[in-house]
Amino acid sequence: MPLVESGPEPESATSAAVDPAIARAYWKKTSNLMWTVLAIWFVAGFGVHFFAQTLNSIHIMGFPLGFYMAAQGSLIIFVVALFWFSKRQNEIDEEFGVQEDA
Amino acid sequence: MADTTGAKDPFIANLNKIYVGYTGGFAFFVVILGILEQMGVPDRIIGYLFVFLTIGVYAYIGIISRTQVASEYYVAGRRVPAIYNGMATGSDWMSAASFIGMAGSLYALGYGGLAFILGWTGGYMLVAILLAPYLRKFGQYTVPDFLGARFGGNWARAIGVVILITASFVYVVAQIVGVGIITQRFLEVSFTTAVFLGLAGILVCSMLGGMRAVTWTQVAQYIILIIAYLIPAILMSVKISGVPIPQLMYGLALERIEVLEAGFRAAGMVPPPGVTGWHTSPFVGANGQFSMNAAVNFFALIFCLMVGTAALPHVLMRYFTTPSVREARASVAWSLFFIFLLYFTAPAYAAFGKLEIYQTVIGQPIANLPEWIKNWQIISPYGTPWVNIVDVNRDGIVQWGDFRIHPDVVVLATPEIAGLPYVIAGLVAAGGLAAALSTADGLLLALANALSHDVYYKMINRDAPTARRLVISRLLLLIVAVAAAWTAGSMGADILFLVAWAFSIAAAGLFAALVMGVWYKKTTNAAACWGMAVGYLVTFFYLIWSEFFGLHFMETFATKEAILRAATATAALPLASAELKAYAAGLVANASAIQDGSLAWFGSLWAGSGLPTDHVVLRGRVVGRLWGLNNISGGVFGVPLSFLTIYLVSKFTTAPSQAMQNFVEDIRIPRGGVRLADRREAVD
Repeated sequence: MPLVESGPEPESATSAAVDPAIARAYWKKTSNLMWTVLAIWFVAGFGVHFFAQTLNSIHIMGFPLGFYMAAQGSLIIFVVALFWFSKRQNEIDEEFGVQEDA
Repeated sequence: MADTTGAKDPFIANLNKIYVGYTGGFAFFVVILGILEQMGVPDRIIGYLFVFLTIGVYAYIGIISRTQVASEYYVAGRRVPAIYNGMATGSDWMSAASFIGMAGSLYALGYGGLAFILGWTGGYMLVAILLAPYLRKFGQYTVPDFLGARFGGNWARAIGVVILITASFVYVVAQIVGVGIITQRFLEVSFTTAVFLGLAGILVCSMLGGMRAVTWTQVAQYIILIIAYLIPAILMSVKISGVPIPQLMYGLALERIEVLEAGFRAAGMVPPPGVTGWHTSPFVGANGQFSMNAAVNFFALIFCLMVGTAALPHVLMRYFTTPSVREARASVAWSLFFIFLLYFTAPAYAAFGKLEIYQTVIGQPIANLPEWIKNWQIISPYGTPWVNIVDVNRDGIVQWGDFRIHPDVVVLATPEIAGLPYVIAGLVAAGGLAAALSTADGLLLALANALSHDVYYKMINRDAPTARRLVISRLLLLIVAVAAAWTAGSMGADILFLVAWAFSIAAAGLFAALVMGVWYKKTTNAAACWGMAVGYLVTFFYLIWSEFFGLHFMETFATKEAILRAATATAALPLASAELKAYAAGLVANASAIQDGSLAWFGSLWAGSGLPTDHVVLRGRVVGRLWGLNNISGGVFGVPLSFLTIYLVSKFTTAPSQAMQNFVEDIRIPRGGVRLADRREAVD
């Protein structure tokens, strides 16, 4: 059982040639989107709950707000953010012409 | 979306029609059973019909989806549309713990239990933005496949397989225990019989058709489990508030629970052990005051569950089955949506159940308790009755602290608590069964594929023909399933706590290597191997050491006062071994000779902030807690260590070759194929 495999160098013909400059610009924009969504993730997953005790003094329809955020509010943010991410990333793909062939 | 899904296949083309018809058929079936119940058909028959007919449907889907094609067997032919893959992931993900256990945990822990809700949903954000689209673009069969291709071969692949097996095996055993608990109650058979019946249900789905059969069964199972979860919650909501939207109306229940809790306290009562007396208050200790320890554990648990979600192979491999990268992204969003439907209902379940019990049970004479309590006073696999009345002060009245309910029965017993017809109880049982079976299917497939594809085909016999690989895969599936059922049958519920460990182990072992493999081009092979090994070993040994050798753990990390407390607790344990108790008693007898542990300075780093290293008595053991962190969150140490190791080792080893860097660039871009750094990794 070889623990490190050494195959021949692959041919590059299978890959659609995307210009390196475009690939770099595409990746920069994709990374920015990633950091944006990661920030939303952090705020909804952790940030708001740091203030749970304070938020609990506000009541809406019987719900203490701090409890509500952890039970439903953050979840709604997660779902909406993911659909938005998916749409936004598609737009970036198309902007740089690197989307898959339909 | 439809243009890439292979319009030639009549099944794929008619998915909507098929599943709408199926849902209608199921609703019709439930109504018929409801009518049968009114006509006097005994409860037991209703239970049998629910269990056997739903399993029959899963078996039927399994049989018609049988296949001999490798890509169908491993990745369902990559034709699963985003929405359907979302549903399949939903039931793949939501296990017995989510369906049966979560509302119960919320009932017991109040706000503290919401860490599970947040952790088990927020993880999908990480899956979507960091991993799923890139693993889909890479386009092979398993998660270790990616590790092997990206990090230069069999070392990385083998470490990945070890982590995958450790995390998935304990997880699948827990699902089989869950199946056993449900079948035992509704078919009135022994636990062991129930376990093997469940095993048969799991195998018919996955053996013949692999991923293809599991996918379409999981969609069917999702539909049943979500109906079964929502209907009782809606009926409870109508009963208590008059409005059929539980997610909106349980605020009223929360308000009344707060008032009742305050009333109980004013009457001098205390809550039962393990149940919070402040349902909606965040980060409180047993005295209702702010506790730094509770706050830190809350956030540590969220972190571990989120990162663990994003690293568990049976979840990640679902995104290998979509037709495109674009659909993989959409599919994660749909997965989260379908999971969200259940998770944002769970707190309502807990609140309605708690209100009902506080209003109708607490304060009543023990002699005239409702009928459902007697039905659930049977012995659970945990060794205690599911529902138990312990009359602490012997006054014949159920006090707050006298009513003990195991968290696992809160959902299963809710229909009876609310006085709903038995057909609803049967429906809930069918839903719980669907949740446990679907997760078990996904896990078994992940395990068997790692062994057959990664170990046998990629590492042992590269020339094995497809037919032979599929035979081996099915054989391994059978072996793993029987091993898991045997473990479940012999150890029972005692091992359920290990599920929580699976998240920490997967998080610390795999997450950093997967993320860095895509997002940090200079990650070297050696760095990834070291990072996985360090994260995995640190977490694994931390968990074992603190759980099973708690006193020794304390003698290493704690101050002498804390060691003395741990030794006193150990000597008083009812189930510990005689040698351990004698050793602990020796320490206590000679208390003045106890020294601070050799690493007590490390264990006391945060003692000033209210986070000293201490112990808790759990599961009949003294369990050590470094900095007061529960070992369910053991991954908080391993995950950062794994990232750090990968980064540092990458700095000091030769950068990856140009071919490898090209490979990473291909993975990042949706268009085109992938240039493989090692062509032998290519899919045939």
